[in-house]
Amino acid sequence: MKVINLRLKTVLFISLFFIVITTTQAQTPEEKGLQIAVEADKRDTGFGDSQAELKMVLRNKNGQESTRSIRNRTLEVEGDGDKSLVIFDEPRDVKGTAFLSFTHNEGPDDQWLYLPALKRVKRISSNNKSGPFMGSEFAFEDIASQEVEKYTYKYLMEEIYDDMDCVVIERYPVDPKSGYSKQIVWYDKDEYRQHKIDSYDRKGSLLKTLTSSGYKSYKGKFWRQSEMKMVNHITGKSTDLKFSNYKFGNGLSDRDFDKNSLKRAR
Amino acid sequence: MSFYRILVLILIFASPYLFGQELSGNIAIEGRLFPESPLSDEQHGSSLSLSMKPELYYDWDGGYQSILFVPFFRLDQYDEDRTHFDIRELFWTYSSNDWELKTGIGQIFWGVTESQHLVDIINQTDFVESIDGEKKLGQPMVNFALIQDWGTLDLFILPGFRERTFQGRKGRLRFPFLIDKDNPVYQTEAEYKHIDFASRYSHTIGSIDFGVSYFYGTSREPRFSFNFEAPQNPKIIPIYDIIHQAGLDLQYTSEEGWLWKLESIVRRSRAKQFFSVTGGFEYTFYNISETGLDIGLLAEYLFDDRDQNYFSPNPFNNHIFAGTRLAFNDVQSTDLLAGALVNYRTGSTFITVEGSRRIGESFKLILEVRAFTNIPADDFFYGFRKDGHIKLDLEWYF
Repeated sequence: MKVINLRLKTVLFISLFFIVITTTQAQTPEEKGLQIAVEADKRDTGFGDSQAELKMVLRNKNGQESTRSIRNRTLEVEGDGDKSLVIFDEPRDVKGTAFLSFTHNEGPDDQWLYLPALKRVKRISSNNKSGPFMGSEFAFEDIASQEVEKYTYKYLMEEIYDDMDCVVIERYPVDPKSGYSKQIVWYDKDEYRQHKIDSYDRKGSLLKTLTSSGYKSYKGKFWRQSEMKMVNHITGKSTDLKFSNYKFGNGLSDRDFDKNSLKRAR
Repeated sequence: MSFYRILVLILIFASPYLFGQELSGNIAIEGRLFPESPLSDEQHGSSLSLSMKPELYYDWDGGYQSILFVPFFRLDQYDEDRTHFDIRELFWTYSSNDWELKTGIGQIFWGVTESQHLVDIINQTDFVESIDGEKKLGQPMVNFALIQDWGTLDLFILPGFRERTFQGRKGRLRFPFLIDKDNPVYQTEAEYKHIDFASRYSHTIGSIDFGVSYFYGTSREPRFSFNFEAPQNPKIIPIYDIIHQAGLDLQYTSEEGWLWKLESIVRRSRAKQFFSVTGGFEYTFYNISETGLDIGLLAEYLFDDRDQNYFSPNPFNNHIFAGTRLAFNDVQSTDLLAGALVNYRTGSTFITVEGSRRIGESFKLILEVRAFTNIPADDFFYGFRKDGHIKLDLEWYF
């Protein structure tokens, strides 16, 4: 009886010791990085659906500009990645083109493209991660829904960025088709909003920097930027993405994100 | 017909008031150059053409109801049969949560393959616009779509048939004998007033998108015969039979990025039947060397066992299609599709190149090259053997 009691006490003590250790000191940078990504994701959970109008300004290294107008609708999916529908308004020759994407936490995303000239809905491969979106400096992976499972993480440091207390983490895309070897992400400590992302190409050199500004909160807690700026350090080109008319709680359902809705999206 | 014209005129003039919400569309100038001398003295080596396709759209009821009106007009320098007007679309849509009703003149596309569109049958081909069958005439229809978790079921009532357009006496890309388009022969007494029916069940299950369709009505493809009664003025008579057609279209999108495509039909008419299949793949290498360039490779096999005495001739019965699709993903959205359809028994080859590039913000330049080589005398394309051409379109979008 006594022996058992002693053993029990030892086990209890050791367990307690490890619990204290792991929660206070022994959190690895990987765990801490993941924790930050999870927290940021958690703060954006429950938005339901949203829609916004986007204006893209593409700028080459001589400063020549070209613009695009698109609209975006997003539906939050519980337990999996979001569904999104992008409708193209300008340039006018692509007006009516629509892009439907089902993001998945694991495995490839499902994507369809509607070509209005042929009235054709085409299932496309979602392997195009690193290619340019509409000729811009945004790659498809830059505009896709950022699910926690799509990266592994590492905490780097705390830093003041743009007068804000920020935490800085590195993340590594799980998908080998990603154009990036790693990304460094700055989150502010108050609301876990992304302010800056440095993306490194497969060879490890700094390729692009994305900065987000003009954050506003919707429904009291969901923060959305009003402007994103992507600069390509290698080509000198840049793209500004301006968001307007954000609307939440539009009552969108799966029906607004299917192949039939692609055809009547205007 | 005059009532129809008056209706169209009223619609065009009233449209800015009716459809104040949204007007868009394009106006285009087209130039075609045929390097080889034509078979007939009446045909020309080059031609110019103008076309216009405005789009008027109006929606209400929070977007659940809408009207779309898309007229189309082409003026051709020489070919009076290529000069034509059509209502591509004019329909009212009512969409509810799990069903949709479309009434009017519409355009419906079914299918997955690139080299030809076997399953696609609702709309008649506007053959004077393009010989690839991708330009269609508006089709009167009532389309009810039931949209459920188990898939989408589309039902169509198609009142009224549209005859295929064919190039006229002075046009290129015509058969050596003219088609007597004013005297088509129909199997039924109802002629072009025959009411056709179609249905399609389509669904997506994981990586597979598929559709199963059925059509009963007037064949969109005519069969051809000579007017033997008037040998001094030989003409080809188009014959439109009643057909039953079952179709399957399927695409498997693999995790590795392969698109496997299959289309197949069985058509029955006047107690005869045939089977036709097109299948192949498309694979794209994306963002090659971080340049943004995508290169896609396509290959398809085309088989058709129809008896050409009983059915419209299909030029593609023992063919292989090989092609490549380049997308530069630049600011001007430059792209190029080049392919060849080869009859592996006779070696006859149909080459096609299509490229486009935006100029500024609202112009687009489209290049099209079509060539016919090694065409034997019994080939469908024999009449087109001198009609290889280069076409340039400059489109202005508003």
